[in-house]
Amino acid sequence: MSGADDLDEILSEFLVESHENLDQLDRDLVALEQEPDSRALLGSVFRTIHTIKGTSGFLGMPHLERLTHHGENLLSLLRDGELRLDPDITSALLQLVDTVRAVLADIEATGSEGDSDHDDLIAQLAALATKPGEASSAADISNDTEVVTPAEPVGETTTGAVEESVVVVDPAPQPVDDATPSDVPADPSGIYGDAEAGLVDRRRSVADSSIRVDVALLDSMMQMVGELVLTRNQIVQHSTYQEDLGLVRASQRLDLIVSELQGAVMRTRMQPIDNVFSKLPRVVRDLAQSCGKQVRARLEGRDTELDKTVLEAIKDPLTHLTRNAVDHGIETPEERAAAGKPEEAVLLLRAFHESGQVVIEISDDGRGIDVQKVARTARERGVISADRLATMSERDLLSLIFLPGLSTATAVTNVSGRGVGMDVVKTNIERIGGTVEVLTRIGVGTTIRVRIPLTLAIIPALLVSGRHGDRYAIPQANLVELVRLEPGSGPSPIELVNGAPVHRLRGRLLPLVSLEEVLGSGTAPDWSEYAGSALSGDAALNVVVLQADGHHFGLVVDEVHDTQEIVVKPLDRLIKTLGLYAGATIMGDGRVALILDAVGIAQAASVIGERREQNRTDDDIDASVASEDNMMLIFTAADGRRLAVPLAHVARLEEVDPARLERTGERHVLQYRDQLLPVLRVGDLVAGVKDRDDVEGELPVVVFADGDRRVGLAVDEIVDVVTDHVVPSKTSTKGLIGCGVIAGKVTDLLDVDLVLRHALTTLDGSEEEAA
Amino acid sequence: MGARQLCTFMLGDLYLGVDVCDVQEVLREQPMTGVPSAPDIVSGLINLRGEIVTAIDLRRRLGMGPRSQEEPAMNVVVHGEEGPVSLLVDEIGDVVDVEDTDYQPAPETVQGPAREVLAGTYPLPDRLLLLLDTAAACTPGRSL
Repeated sequence: MSGADDLDEILSEFLVESHENLDQLDRDLVALEQEPDSRALLGSVFRTIHTIKGTSGFLGMPHLERLTHHGENLLSLLRDGELRLDPDITSALLQLVDTVRAVLADIEATGSEGDSDHDDLIAQLAALATKPGEASSAADISNDTEVVTPAEPVGETTTGAVEESVVVVDPAPQPVDDATPSDVPADPSGIYGDAEAGLVDRRRSVADSSIRVDVALLDSMMQMVGELVLTRNQIVQHSTYQEDLGLVRASQRLDLIVSELQGAVMRTRMQPIDNVFSKLPRVVRDLAQSCGKQVRARLEGRDTELDKTVLEAIKDPLTHLTRNAVDHGIETPEERAAAGKPEEAVLLLRAFHESGQVVIEISDDGRGIDVQKVARTARERGVISADRLATMSERDLLSLIFLPGLSTATAVTNVSGRGVGMDVVKTNIERIGGTVEVLTRIGVGTTIRVRIPLTLAIIPALLVSGRHGDRYAIPQANLVELVRLEPGSGPSPIELVNGAPVHRLRGRLLPLVSLEEVLGSGTAPDWSEYAGSALSGDAALNVVVLQADGHHFGLVVDEVHDTQEIVVKPLDRLIKTLGLYAGATIMGDGRVALILDAVGIAQAASVIGERREQNRTDDDIDASVASEDNMMLIFTAADGRRLAVPLAHVARLEEVDPARLERTGERHVLQYRDQLLPVLRVGDLVAGVKDRDDVEGELPVVVFADGDRRVGLAVDEIVDVVTDHVVPSKTSTKGLIGCGVIAGKVTDLLDVDLVLRHALTTLDGSEEEAA
Repeated sequence: MGARQLCTFMLGDLYLGVDVCDVQEVLREQPMTGVPSAPDIVSGLINLRGEIVTAIDLRRRLGMGPRSQEEPAMNVVVHGEEGPVSLLVDEIGDVVDVEDTDYQPAPETVQGPAREVLAGTYPLPDRLLLLLDTAAACTPGRSL
């Protein structure tokens, strides 16, 4: 955006605003004649003139500034009660309004305020102001100046009678006429008649190309469009069963028009994020100065548009995040220089649209967040127990900064560090259906990524139904994909981990939970019936993969219907507090459907997970020895022995046809992704394990990676992935680092280093073979 | 000396009333959407001309047995704190004029959930009219 454009924009905003203000002034002044002592009206008039004066000074319009300055002087006397409003003053002020309006019209037409310095009017205003209480002398002055009011009538009006004043204010007679009985004529063009017509016409170009609308009116329009969308949905649904072509066509057309109308009404509520963004560089600058830092704020995607209510809701959180980034994230120039960074830090504020949401990123190139320090602080403040901490992944630890009462700032400043704020930020953003994510690298910087919905009123949603035919809407924003598990041959799509059903979705384990189970509306299906065998008959399962709270999980529903634009309606407190539902909507058939709250569902699902876990595992674990990454992959060797490796080392899980295993020398290899993958067998590593040679069906292979070297481990069966504390007891068996109780069973821990060493040696060997 | 009008309805053997000023409208049985996991007293949600209204099953609130299948429930839609709430009752009665002088607090001997939701009584010549506290009726009972 060029500077000239900026100026034009400011100027046209000023023009629109001033015209409105002037209209208001007309009304106020006339109303003021009726009650000359009204402080409220005087105050309002004074403020309006003052605003115009201030802005014209700012925009470099000395004539206008001078003119309004004198008007302001006069008004301040009136306001302070040193002067009482009389018809002379009123006419002078109305004259002032007209003159200002004329100047504005000139500005709009020519871009400058013109040469006229309006000395006459100024003199008149000054005279009125300097002779308080002597209205007749004021009238003399106005006679002298010969500009505004006809002389004789002014002279007559010292009595101040209203009827007479009607005659007096000759240059603008109508307003008084109109206003005498009631209060205000709204249309200035009607008031000023033909003499002003030219001006009025000209100003339509800017002032009338945009109008101000009460937000309440927009809200009610939005609501009505919501109703219309619902009705449209009903009609479209009914018309699909109709054979009357005319009706079908009309309903299609209605469908289209309503969608467009909805879009248009939504656009009226859209505002560029710049309304919030533009204030942030100043925040950054002031704060950086007071902290002795050098920070440059960069803004990207300023014209990204958002619903007004959403925009309002994110204003404070964004300001807070920005302050936080400057205060905590960015180092002092000395520290930065020492770290080899430019002394001036860059704070990037970025907004863009992504899959129906708005993403706002606040990135600094500062010191990053020390996750371990966060964990330590959390423990010291007693926010979280050591046990819990030990089981948390880095990502979970990072999310601790959103807990109340936690700040890693070593010193509390007047800006941040009191440990309130981040939790409020998160709550406020989640309240409008958004999410906050932190990405950080020590020494490199931190990015806070906020995702928020475009609008709150109408959202696209997927409709699903449960086994009892009850329908629910799932906001598209939480939807990742739909998976249908078809009956047929092949391995069982569902496996049980500790009783909890999971599905392997492209090699990653997806926990499953049934709609009935999570809502508590029925019992879960007997998963063990599904597990271990292929689905049979018509037992296909529909899995809706949802993401919430950074986790993916599969919601098993009975049926998946289409996606629809739904209108979100609020729920009663009794139901809202359950946390499972984000709202309700009305379907095409007029019935109510609940909107699932993905975050609440995820929490309910993990509660179910924990409940299952508690039934089966021993929680009495010494957390102090627990490894940092405690996701363990459990598999069995040919002799049924349970073995476990940390999941972090596992690159992929594959199932291969044993026939594809080829021998090179003493080793097995597999042609895998255009590479030769050495495949070990458990017996190669662990003493005392005998591998079978007669594998039937697919052979599960765990692929380990170390850099770009890979090695496969052929196992008998992959059992599960569990999150568990492991307290390994020493063992002298070769190939094992110990054994422990994982998921309630004795499990040997495989020495991963040994496996990876094999990756090196055997790969080298096989490369020789291949060459 | 004040008088008020009560909209009356039957719930099992109980003859209950709420102030007509609190009543928005009375509806026949409406299609209902159940809310899994909701408190027991919530019977479901109904679509009241585009507005979503929670229906409270007064029988459950009062710890009474379920309504017989053939008898459709009537909806008494009252103004709640957050918007309209529908009370499911058995049968709608007349609008009855009562005098403030007739008002008596609920007898001490009334116990259980009924105690929580009764705001008082108006002993009429032919029967005993119980005044319902709608706010309490829309809140899950302590005993539940």
